[in-house]
Amino acid sequence: MRRLATLAALAAALALPTAATAATCPQTTLGDIEDEVMCSVCGTPLGLAEESPQAQQERAYIERLIARCRSKDDIKRALVAQFGPAVLALPGDAGDDGGIEDKLVYIIPALALLLSAAAIALAATRWRAAKRRQPGAKPAAAADSSRVDLDMERYDL
Amino acid sequence: MRRLLAPIPIAVLCAVVALVALLAYGLASNEPDRTVDNAVSAGQRDPAPKIDLPKLRNAAQKSSLADYRGKVVVLNYWASWCPPCRDESPLLERWHRRLSRSDATVLGVDVQDVTGDARAFAAKYGLTYPMLHDGPGDTREDLGILGLPETFVIDRRGRIAAVARGPVDDEFMRERVAPLLKEPA
Repeated sequence: MRRLATLAALAAALALPTAATAATCPQTTLGDIEDEVMCSVCGTPLGLAEESPQAQQERAYIERLIARCRSKDDIKRALVAQFGPAVLALPGDAGDDGGIEDKLVYIIPALALLLSAAAIALAATRWRAAKRRQPGAKPAAAADSSRVDLDMERYDL
Repeated sequence: MRRLLAPIPIAVLCAVVALVALLAYGLASNEPDRTVDNAVSAGQRDPAPKIDLPKLRNAAQKSSLADYRGKVVVLNYWASWCPPCRDESPLLERWHRRLSRSDATVLGVDVQDVTGDARAFAAKYGLTYPMLHDGPGDTREDLGILGLPETFVIDRRGRIAAVARGPVDDEFMRERVAPLLKEPA
């Protein structure tokens, strides 16, 4: 009886890591990685490169690593080892000090946003100023109506 | 005129000019470098660029194109995912066996490829010639490589004597490689 209990305990102990592995594997998906890496030949994110043979090979390689239960970071490291840091699509992801391009990717949209906001503010200010000047236009309207009155009198309507 | 000098038209104009400049830069930077082709067409032989890469079959070891100085080298850029490279490789292997008797070699450079797939490709097609591996494809720029396969024939003095943008055939090997075998080092 004791032997049976020992065997059962041993079986349970062996089953535990397997269950834990099954719960954490796969750790990522192809779709999750595709947007963050490049098809190095096409120069586009892997997710957009449908037909390229190199993209298909890269996908197959990623799927093999996913099946081996490798994490997303592990897979990205493996891709860098194969294709170099240019395979990473996200700015600053290459692990270098961050070249000027990596900074510009964030600076340019922020600048564009600021400029747009400034342009809108300027347009709004001008529109309000123009609206404030409108009472000055009234005499012209009054002149028009008096001319209409004169015309009506002339034609004796 | 005063309307044109207002801040909004100026900002729009600047944005348009910046976009056009960006587009022009993009187009100019994607223009292939045809220095090698122009030199070969003019009958000149420019020195081959420095190529120093890990070996495909043993990444721990490095090899350089300069190591082959004194030999005629058929420098072939390829990848396992490239269908024309599959068609071309048996011809290159056949020629490598023939060339190696005349102090010449085919030297493969596997680019932008998964190392394991490239090794499996070489084993599948029985390729025995030396192979280097350029994962990021950094050496392509100096030779103006845009597609695969591309082949450069290097004479015994390390100069580029011929170029094939696309797969090579027996005619190319007979006409552009074989005559170089008779040249002194």
